[in-house]
Amino acid sequence: MLKVERLFPKFSEALRLMKPTHNIALACLLALSLAGCKKSDENTSAATTIKIGEYTSLTGKEATFGTSSHNGTQQAIDEINAAGGVLGKKLVLITEDTQSKPGEPATVVRKLIFRDKVVAILGEVASSRSLEGAPVCQQNKIPMVSPSSTNAKVTEMGDFIFRVCFIDPFQGTVMANFAAKTLNAKRIAIFTDVKSDYSKGLAKFFKERHLANGGTITAEQDYSGGDKDFKAQLTAIKATNPDAVFVPGYYTEAGLIAQQAKQLDLKAPLLGGDGWESSKLVEIGRESMEGHYFSTHYAPEVASPLSKAFVENYKKRFNETPDALAANGYDSALLLADAIKRAGSTDGQKIRDALAATKDFEAVAGKITINAKRDADKSAVVLQVKDGKFKYLQTVAP
Amino acid sequence: MTEALQQLVNGLALGSIYALIALGYTMVYGVLRFINFAHGDVFMLGAFAALFLYPLAGGQPSVGGAILVLVLAMAICAAIGILIERLAYRPLRDRPRLNVLITAIGVSLLIEYGGQHQAMLGKDPRTFPDLLPATQFSIGGAVFGSHQLVVLALTLLLLIVLRFIVLKTRIGTAMRAVSFNPQAAALMGVNINVVVSFTFGLGSALAAAGGILYAMNYPSIEPLMGVMPGLKAFVAAVLGGIGNLPGAALGGLVLGLIETLVKATRWSNYADGIAFAVLILILLFRPAGLLGKTEVEKV
Repeated sequence: MLKVERLFPKFSEALRLMKPTHNIALACLLALSLAGCKKSDENTSAATTIKIGEYTSLTGKEATFGTSSHNGTQQAIDEINAAGGVLGKKLVLITEDTQSKPGEPATVVRKLIFRDKVVAILGEVASSRSLEGAPVCQQNKIPMVSPSSTNAKVTEMGDFIFRVCFIDPFQGTVMANFAAKTLNAKRIAIFTDVKSDYSKGLAKFFKERHLANGGTITAEQDYSGGDKDFKAQLTAIKATNPDAVFVPGYYTEAGLIAQQAKQLDLKAPLLGGDGWESSKLVEIGRESMEGHYFSTHYAPEVASPLSKAFVENYKKRFNETPDALAANGYDSALLLADAIKRAGSTDGQKIRDALAATKDFEAVAGKITINAKRDADKSAVVLQVKDGKFKYLQTVAP
Repeated sequence: MTEALQQLVNGLALGSIYALIALGYTMVYGVLRFINFAHGDVFMLGAFAALFLYPLAGGQPSVGGAILVLVLAMAICAAIGILIERLAYRPLRDRPRLNVLITAIGVSLLIEYGGQHQAMLGKDPRTFPDLLPATQFSIGGAVFGSHQLVVLALTLLLLIVLRFIVLKTRIGTAMRAVSFNPQAAALMGVNINVVVSFTFGLGSALAAAGGILYAMNYPSIEPLMGVMPGLKAFVAAVLGGIGNLPGAALGGLVLGLIETLVKATRWSNYADGIAFAVLILILLFRPAGLLGKTEVEKV
């Protein structure tokens, strides 16, 4: 005890000795405290705004997804701000581009959390990249809402991860049922992108349901995202003479696959998931896309009053009809803003609890109820490519 | 049977594109003993040049327009190739060969990643227009398109033209002389700079033709589109015996066939791996490639 008491005066003496001789250290301290001041300035500005992060693919292979989604999100944020914001504060959207590249999401999400100090994060559109960003959000207890990642694993990353869309098991099931009931297709071939978690997940659940429906799988072939030549696999598929081919990939490859299927005289209709929904699909595949089907989240033809207003405003602002990705982007921001409102706070844990409690939330792409797995229970729509446009066929409830 | 025939056609079509790109690779190597790794990127630039020239040539699929676009894009890429040589390779000509090789990788990366910048070509894939009206043919149940025939025909034509240039013309004689012994050729009055520039121009024009034909068959183009075909064409050139023109064509066809046959099985994921494994095997047993001659390095 005595020893400790003696130590203290010695220590303060040492400090006194140091101060005059270490002017540089003082200067540094001063600089640090100044930097601290600047930071607290920012904190006061945070009193009037709520920062929300967004990471998405604005450039690269899935650029049209990210851009649509971002446009929808931005529109929702602006509309909320125009209506007075949330908790009396304006929302600020800080967007980072992942360039459709693996490895980027973790970096940009860290940047959003630590540098920009966002209270919650929206993104990514692609499942593989959501899977990279989600662990970072979970670790730092920042709620993340993915607008369009449908791979089941995404929300399994932790209890801070949510989504406003349905998941692959449901989408795969929808397409398998559609093939069986509407197309009456018994013999189906599956052509999967092995590099994509989304594609593999969709293929798995499609296959399970199709077999349960009493159908047969004639062939299972693989490609890697970024491939250009699919003729070898398509020839092998054609030789098995399927009634339909399930191609759960993204639009760049789907367009080329449809074109080469047509060149090979493969007449079976192609079926896809929401990864197909892009104007580029028809641009690349051209007339060979005609008559093929895919499932997605939303069709502008299915109109609720909210959806009508959304379509109208979106058209006015971006000069194009919104697709499902835009609708999901819009919904993700709307849901998050609502959750912050209900939480009455920007605390991560409270926002998370509010998100988890979402029930029958009226959104553009249908009513959203967040289930125990933090996924949205929502219906899907099936579209067909007709005259270069996407035509609404039917809605499938969960 | 029909399936096997169709796979054969698929393999030949893919292989003839590799062959076309490999021709340019192998010719530059044959003359300069140097692997131009930027070849795959000039290939990409050729496709983009055609994309931008297309509206000028009428914007409609037509034979005349296609030839015009092809020739103009080849000329543009020839100029780019000459420029690359002048700026990046010529200052290093008297340095160890490794320096030039590394510079070539640098040039390749510069074009790839510079091209991805939003102000240049951008990262997003673009849709390549139909240059030629397309038709389909069917023989014995195997279907093939006119585009694939065009590729095969153009590869053969360019092979013959190249052989003619290298073996029968004055500039070809000069190229062979430079390839044989640059110093001696210079002493005999051959202007080495002109010969090297010509070689690069010709090689780059071939790359451009390859890029356009590739884009016609796979109409989604982006700045990194040249990487894999460039690598495969390099393998094809080595497979056939690098520096050997018919060897490059043969190597390309063999590689295309192997790849297609592997993809037709359930191991489609390993197609690239198996293609490269074949390369290693061939090089183990025939180090000079299929048609190459073993040369004795003089010390």
